[in-house]
Amino acid sequence: MLTLPLIILIALLVLYPAVYSIHLATLNKSMQKFVGFGNFTFLFKRDTFWMVVKQSCIFAVTAVFFKALIGFIVAHFVHNIPGKKQRKWRGMLLVPWVIPPAMSTLAWLWLFDPSYSAFNYTLSFFGIGPVNWLGDTAWARFSVILVNVWYGAPFFLIMYLAALKSVPEQLYEAAAIDGANWWQRIWYVTLPMMRNIIAITTLFSLIVTFANFDIVRILTSGGPLDRTHIFATWAFKVGIEGSDIPLGASVSLFMVPILAIAAIFILRDVNKRGNEA
Amino acid sequence: MSRKKLTRRQFVAATAMSSAALITAPYVRGAYAAGKLSIGFWDHWVPDANKASTDLVNEWAAKEKVEVSIDYITSNNNKIQLTVAAEAQAKSGHDILQMPTWWPHAYSENLEPLNDVMEPLIKQNGDVNGTVKYLGQSGGKWLAIPATPGSQIKGPCSRIDLMKKLAGIDVQEMYPAGAPPKADNWTLDTFLKAAEACQKGGSPFGIGLGETTDSVDTAGAIFQSFGAELVNGKGEVTIKTDAVRQALEYYKKLIAFLPPDAPSWDDASNNKWLISGRGALIMNPPSAWAVARRDAPQVAEQCWTHGFPSGPKGRFAPFLPYFWGLWSFSKNKEAAKSLLTHLSQPASIAKFVAASGGYDLPAYANMTTLKTWQEEGPPKGTLYHYPNPYNHQTLSIAASPAPPKIAQQIYFQATLTKMALRYAQGEKMEATLAWAEGECEGFMRS
Repeated sequence: MLTLPLIILIALLVLYPAVYSIHLATLNKSMQKFVGFGNFTFLFKRDTFWMVVKQSCIFAVTAVFFKALIGFIVAHFVHNIPGKKQRKWRGMLLVPWVIPPAMSTLAWLWLFDPSYSAFNYTLSFFGIGPVNWLGDTAWARFSVILVNVWYGAPFFLIMYLAALKSVPEQLYEAAAIDGANWWQRIWYVTLPMMRNIIAITTLFSLIVTFANFDIVRILTSGGPLDRTHIFATWAFKVGIEGSDIPLGASVSLFMVPILAIAAIFILRDVNKRGNEA
Repeated sequence: MSRKKLTRRQFVAATAMSSAALITAPYVRGAYAAGKLSIGFWDHWVPDANKASTDLVNEWAAKEKVEVSIDYITSNNNKIQLTVAAEAQAKSGHDILQMPTWWPHAYSENLEPLNDVMEPLIKQNGDVNGTVKYLGQSGGKWLAIPATPGSQIKGPCSRIDLMKKLAGIDVQEMYPAGAPPKADNWTLDTFLKAAEACQKGGSPFGIGLGETTDSVDTAGAIFQSFGAELVNGKGEVTIKTDAVRQALEYYKKLIAFLPPDAPSWDDASNNKWLISGRGALIMNPPSAWAVARRDAPQVAEQCWTHGFPSGPKGRFAPFLPYFWGLWSFSKNKEAAKSLLTHLSQPASIAKFVAASGGYDLPAYANMTTLKTWQEEGPPKGTLYHYPNPYNHQTLSIAASPAPPKIAQQIYFQATLTKMALRYAQGEKMEATLAWAEGECEGFMRS
């Protein structure tokens, strides 16, 4: 009885939308006929769909890797700042994460603006450019990943900082007595102690990055030539702009098995280590 | 208490008379006796233009005793499209909803046929152009009524001084205010030469190659000028044709003279290009000129909106109409039809056009010579040719004449600009055509 409010909440906010999107994905374009897996078999034959799958994986994996790397490095820097000053740095470094991404991405758009880029203006003083930030395929991919890393790295930073603070100081002292250098301390003490938090953070970030919409939508709308489309932006293009909601729902749902496989592997690893402990 | 007996004959006569009275009587009586009506209008970008809509609706509501509520829905980030999709799904929402170009067809199953409104309007205001029929009609049934607010032609808006200086073209002479166009030499070849001259002179034409509508609309008109159709009216893929090849060859030449970042342009980029004074021509309704009038008057007074260049198969200009649709689940259809008729009267149309500073275009043949377009400036007459007053060009939409549900996919996937860009970036012609063929086959699903 006590769990009833929770059950109702989950049913309303999780189960109903999930079941409804599965239902949508099984309808034909005009939403009047049940087609089973027809939308998925249709998608599997489309080159653009496979390009979107590939791009989503590149986008998510690259962005999560750099977010984790930058978060890890900066967390160490912040960890070494003493007392009160650390709080100020922590606050400042969290700024990208607390600004709504739709707003901060607009500022990035102006920096990358095709014709009036502030970056290009600055680079021109060094005789570089102009760089076609959003009009060239490679640069456009770089730009959307860069903005995602900028936005998401503080999340890793704060999680890693918390993990670093929980590593017992005695372990470092013991390592120092054993003559471990800086790298050995990281490799044999810090990383093993942070493995679970790294795994969980990576999983969460992977889910959020795979489902990203606003950054790509605002910066490139998937262009040029569809080369920056990811699942959510392509689903929107197909479902809303193309008035093919069932196909859009199918594109979105295709993320589920990819993320489920990643979640199974990561959580299995975390559980294994938990049992070992 | 005695009661008079009613004979069967008297009953039939009374019923017939009451029915006749109900049918012929003017709509309504009494305060709010005619019920409620909920309307979702497109939120106009021109300040005060929404007020014209509100005033017209209130004027009608007071006369007809209907309680009305109006929501203005922005088209930014596809909010209006999302609203259409949500209301169609929920089978609930506004009674009348304004919808852009392709949406009446996309949700045709949920729309009330409006032949009884549209046919008298055509008799009164003149016929509508082919694009309005293509987008607003299905199987002889009018799905929605063409709305004046938001409807636009995306023709060239040129800089008078730069075109004269760099390309030797006097756009005012070619499209004189108050007189028919003298634009026989305004062809795609002339256009290409002018694009080259302006690029060399440091003021390239600002035509986007992105995936948003401005880029797609220009590509659509140029493809149509060559007779190039990706899918024909019967729904057959017709990509591997000489016409499509010619259009791609032309676009490849044109792209060489456009700004290098044009592939990433959105619908704001070309406006900024003109307003900042960097370009000699863009393809846009007069919104860029209107903003320039406020922010860069020295640019605005050199702008002239005119017709599209002609190609081997004719002169085509992109026309994007908005529509007012009436949901089949509306609870007050008769009141809604009465309002739609009121909003499409010549006086109402003139009010819409004036409130938008000439931006909004009616779809009817007799409504293209209103005072607003003659008087707007500076320079005076800059909008004279905007509404196509001499039927000098065919108003069209990209991806037509493909069946609208297929054309909508071609349009929003920007297949035309992608083809042009792929080929211009060095892909072989046959590879580009094969790619487009695969895309279009995917758009056929029903």
